[in-house]
Amino acid sequence: MIQSIDFHAILPELILSGTIVVVLVVDAFLPLRRRWFAMPLSLLGVVAASVATLTLLGQERETFGGHFVIDGFALTFKLFFLTAAVIVLSLSLRYIREGGFYQGEYYFLLLTSFLGCVLMPSSRDLLMLFIALELVSAPGFLMAAFRKSDTRSNEAGLKFFLIGVLSAAVMLYGMSWIYGLTGQTRLDAVAQGLAGLEGGQLTMAYAAIMFVVVGFAFKVSAFPFQFWAPDTYEGAPVPVAAFLAVASKAAGFAGLLQLMFVAFIGQHEFWVPIFAFLSIGTMILGNLVAMQQTQIVRLLAYSGIAQAGYILLPFALVTADAEANELAFAAAVAYILIYGVMNLGAFAVVTGVARTKSQALISDFAGMWRTAPLLAIGMTMFLVSLAGVPPTGGFWAKILIFRAAVERGGELGIWLAVIMLVNSVISVYYYFLVPRQMLLKDPERDEPMPVPALVTGVVAIAMVALLAIFVLPDPFARIAELSVLPSVALGG
Amino acid sequence: MTWENSAITITTLLPLVGALAILLVPKQHDRLIRGLGIAVTGAALVLAAAIAIGFDYGRDGLQYALDVAWIDVIDVRYHVGIDGISMPLYVLTFLLSFLCAIYTWRFVPQPGRPKALIALMLLLETGMAGTFIAFDLILFFVFWELVLVPMYFLIAVWGSANREYAALKFFLFTLFGSIFMLLGFLGMYFRSDPRTFDILQLQQFAQGGDGFSNGFQLVVFGAVALGLAVKVPMWPVHTWLPDAHTEAPTIGSVLLAGIMLKMGTYGFIRIAIPLLPYGAQKYAPWIGLLAVIGIVYASLACLAQKDLKRLIAFSSVGHMGFVMLGIATMTEIGIQAAIFGMVAHGVITGMLFFNVGSIYDRYHTRAIAEIGGGMVQKMPKLAVTFAFVSIASLGLPGLAGFWGEVMALLSAFRPNEALGLNVGLFRGYMVAGGIGTILTAGYFLWMLQRVNMGTLPDRWRDEALDDTTTVEWLAWVPLLLLIVALGLFPRLVFGMTDDAVATLVGFFGG
Repeated sequence: MIQSIDFHAILPELILSGTIVVVLVVDAFLPLRRRWFAMPLSLLGVVAASVATLTLLGQERETFGGHFVIDGFALTFKLFFLTAAVIVLSLSLRYIREGGFYQGEYYFLLLTSFLGCVLMPSSRDLLMLFIALELVSAPGFLMAAFRKSDTRSNEAGLKFFLIGVLSAAVMLYGMSWIYGLTGQTRLDAVAQGLAGLEGGQLTMAYAAIMFVVVGFAFKVSAFPFQFWAPDTYEGAPVPVAAFLAVASKAAGFAGLLQLMFVAFIGQHEFWVPIFAFLSIGTMILGNLVAMQQTQIVRLLAYSGIAQAGYILLPFALVTADAEANELAFAAAVAYILIYGVMNLGAFAVVTGVARTKSQALISDFAGMWRTAPLLAIGMTMFLVSLAGVPPTGGFWAKILIFRAAVERGGELGIWLAVIMLVNSVISVYYYFLVPRQMLLKDPERDEPMPVPALVTGVVAIAMVALLAIFVLPDPFARIAELSVLPSVALGG
Repeated sequence: MTWENSAITITTLLPLVGALAILLVPKQHDRLIRGLGIAVTGAALVLAAAIAIGFDYGRDGLQYALDVAWIDVIDVRYHVGIDGISMPLYVLTFLLSFLCAIYTWRFVPQPGRPKALIALMLLLETGMAGTFIAFDLILFFVFWELVLVPMYFLIAVWGSANREYAALKFFLFTLFGSIFMLLGFLGMYFRSDPRTFDILQLQQFAQGGDGFSNGFQLVVFGAVALGLAVKVPMWPVHTWLPDAHTEAPTIGSVLLAGIMLKMGTYGFIRIAIPLLPYGAQKYAPWIGLLAVIGIVYASLACLAQKDLKRLIAFSSVGHMGFVMLGIATMTEIGIQAAIFGMVAHGVITGMLFFNVGSIYDRYHTRAIAEIGGGMVQKMPKLAVTFAFVSIASLGLPGLAGFWGEVMALLSAFRPNEALGLNVGLFRGYMVAGGIGTILTAGYFLWMLQRVNMGTLPDRWRDEALDDTTTVEWLAWVPLLLLIVALGLFPRLVFGMTDDAVATLVGFFGG
């Protein structure tokens, strides 16, 4: 059977793939001190892919027999990942160059991961999802271990690898059952197939859904599958930690959103309690453990776990009511996007600090108000935003989730909202640990901290973006609304 | 855009713009920064005064209103306006901020950095002023939360020894309360028909026959009242206040006591009671009870304080108790009393904190025992102003503190029976509140005796302690005049609030 392929629809992926090959080849021909050229080259590829994605705006296409789809959801996430790629690349340049890493390989791996990210939101097929997810993770194992001389980095890579492979195996096992039960891999066909099951087969389907959810729970570091994340983030190079905390996690959520809201929507009564448990456990554990951290990346890792708990909450709000589901879906999308902005900003600051203080302890932030005022103000804002306090974008992110929770109503909705509210208050305590150091303590040496221009730029842009989202959340919320998968709006 | 519909937006956002402008000034230009602070707050005050003058006091309802879509997807509107209830508090916000800016011309507490101090103060000003003009629940909440971050830093950076603890406690307490308030707001949104966050529309909805169900009102009023009560603060959720006040720098205390506490009581009058009348009615006896417990508890606590600033802080809890008692009666006179009490407390206690700040500036201690008395001999002007304001605070007739308290007690004599409030119970509250006023007089006079009177201890005899300076006079004179003016002409406030309160009470059946 010969299919006609819509090359325009897959153009962003094609450009990225081409760039990946070029970066790897060019690296071999560059003299050692020019190796950093790989970064502008990668940047060029990412920008070109973004332009290609922009040409698809407003379109709905599908190719490969509906396994690959371009719609609002896919485009929003693609642009998000490509923007994240630009930022992570910008943070990497000085860090990777000065750290004496293999630069060509690094950018090759990073771009490959991002290719997986970009592929993810278009994948409407179990196997495609799996491939995309592994494309994100596999280069991640290597990147996490990129600081080869540091045992913590080795630990990071190994832990990430073992957990990643385990979760992939569990997930794939679940998918194989689903294929066995329904004979389908396309998500909408799977949904139809599952709808006809009953009795023992239905029980098997439930077990299969469990496996898939557990696999994704590892990826998005949800409780009780979160333990690898802090160690991995801490050991990995800081830009890689930023990638793992934002892009990799968002990719996991993008996949999970498609699976739960499209393929498994009919079984929501079974999995809603599971997600309620995951969400509550994740936010509580993340917040409580974050309070005791002394190292900034670990703090951000636990904060990221708590934030994952918030993002999981809308999953637990799913009912038979299509309109309420739409709200929950949009709330999750909006939260992921805003989370990306604030977390990338925070990691940018950490990248700046880690150049001189490689340990990046919270106490290393002492007096930054005087040594690097822009970074200090930026960091304060990102953390205040993560806590969900105005005047920042994080405030609306939380409001949207609360709104979805209260809209769903019922005891579950209200309780989830209350638990999330209490958790947000708890989180203020540890988020404020860092501004406290920056603003209230005296620096070790009272001289300006050298900060790479790209890092400063990223911090400034993230600050402006968060403020803009706070003042004018409407366009932003609309993007989230447009990203709702059509099948959700139609009632699954 | 006309002056009519953009005036309060411009006025409210002016300090924010000023804050950004100040951030752009290099920190070497110290005088320029402080001057800009005075100029911006001064200009905002002039605009606020123009609004107050242009306000048509004979007309009911919102004026200077602007209602435009802000976030369509969740029906949040930018709806601002001003009425007789908002007006006195709105103007007071700009007045106190301006005076604080003047005070900062000379006094910048450790560790300096006037640029950041003034920028935060301006941000705070926008947040506080915005709360009093917001007529959309979410907009109200945004402004309400906007004050948290700058106040946290004011306390945490420029406070005294135990500042970090106090700042975090303040932040967590307020945030904890306000998130329940937010949940209540969302609940009201979903139960209203058509769905809206607009306070006026919700008010109409609540007034209509098919308003919120009784059970719903009981739950939501509880959630909203919790958030508001933390801010007021009512006993027993007041514990953040003595710490925050004691540790905060002078201008932080002035703004905290002078305006931020009123955001809580204002919320009761503007939102909790008119939107959830049944809930309010059922909770009123309990609110009254907590209010009088607060009054008596605070005055007893004041008698036991060794720290001058902490004493004033506790006295705030007592005074806000009177305000809450007035609100709990749900009568026109009670709510009038509450608003007057808010303004009077803002002026008087703001002034008291200025005084205490200056006393600390001279003695470098706030311990009453270490000051040891005899201030009249050493610094007669400062001592006399301090005595004058303290006496105003204890409610001497003819000064500002009198009307709010006596009318609150009067209203408790005749609570709103039509709403089923128990007259005997409220008369009991009145008696307890009356005992509170006596205790209040007691601790203030005793404090004056220990600080102002007596012989000057030897350790201060040869110290060069300056009496009140020009900058202080500039910051204080308007407040001192207001204390007298409000005492002699209470119509200054009642004239603004009369009609608006009558309309409001009409909503829940007075």
